[in-house]
Amino acid sequence: MTFRVGDRVRVSDRAHEGHHRTPGYLKGRSGRVELVHGEFTNPETRAYGGDGLPEEALYQVVFARDELWPGAADRTYVDLFEHWLEAA
Amino acid sequence: MERAVHDRGAWPTAESIDRSEHELADWELLTDALVHSLAGEGLMNVDELRRGIESMPADEYERASYYERWLSSVEKILTEKGVLAPGELDERLAS
Repeated sequence: MTFRVGDRVRVSDRAHEGHHRTPGYLKGRSGRVELVHGEFTNPETRAYGGDGLPEEALYQVVFARDELWPGAADRTYVDLFEHWLEAA
Repeated sequence: MERAVHDRGAWPTAESIDRSEHELADWELLTDALVHSLAGEGLMNVDELRRGIESMPADEYERASYYERWLSSVEKILTEKGVLAPGELDERLAS
């Protein structure tokens, strides 16, 4: 597991064809690791009949909602797999 | 970046989402049971279910209810895997 609770991370904005669990409104945005959930099978390969291995670290990341939608209050919490995150 | 039809979040509208509940019809309960049975038999998993939903044409996706999307996905995934022949459900329903 690369990241720890409190680390600043940025969501990759790379193009991706096919099933993935990273919402478009987060791509390129920065947040902070709130929880480390552990390691889980990868839905990006399971969605095509694969076994989802190797398991990938999954984090709960918190974003200031104002950074996603200017003027919006509160925070947004989203679970994101490690291969979508970069150190920020 | 172009978003797939399911990829929401203040898009395509910032209106509040409809969170009203409704009594489930029998076919909806059966659809839920069917998907869990298929998963139990190893014939499809929840990630495949989601991929099938996400690949629906945008106009069909918008028109369909929650469990109609599930059924659309089940037909697509099982047809991909050869469990159903192409058009098999339509033929059986018409007969």
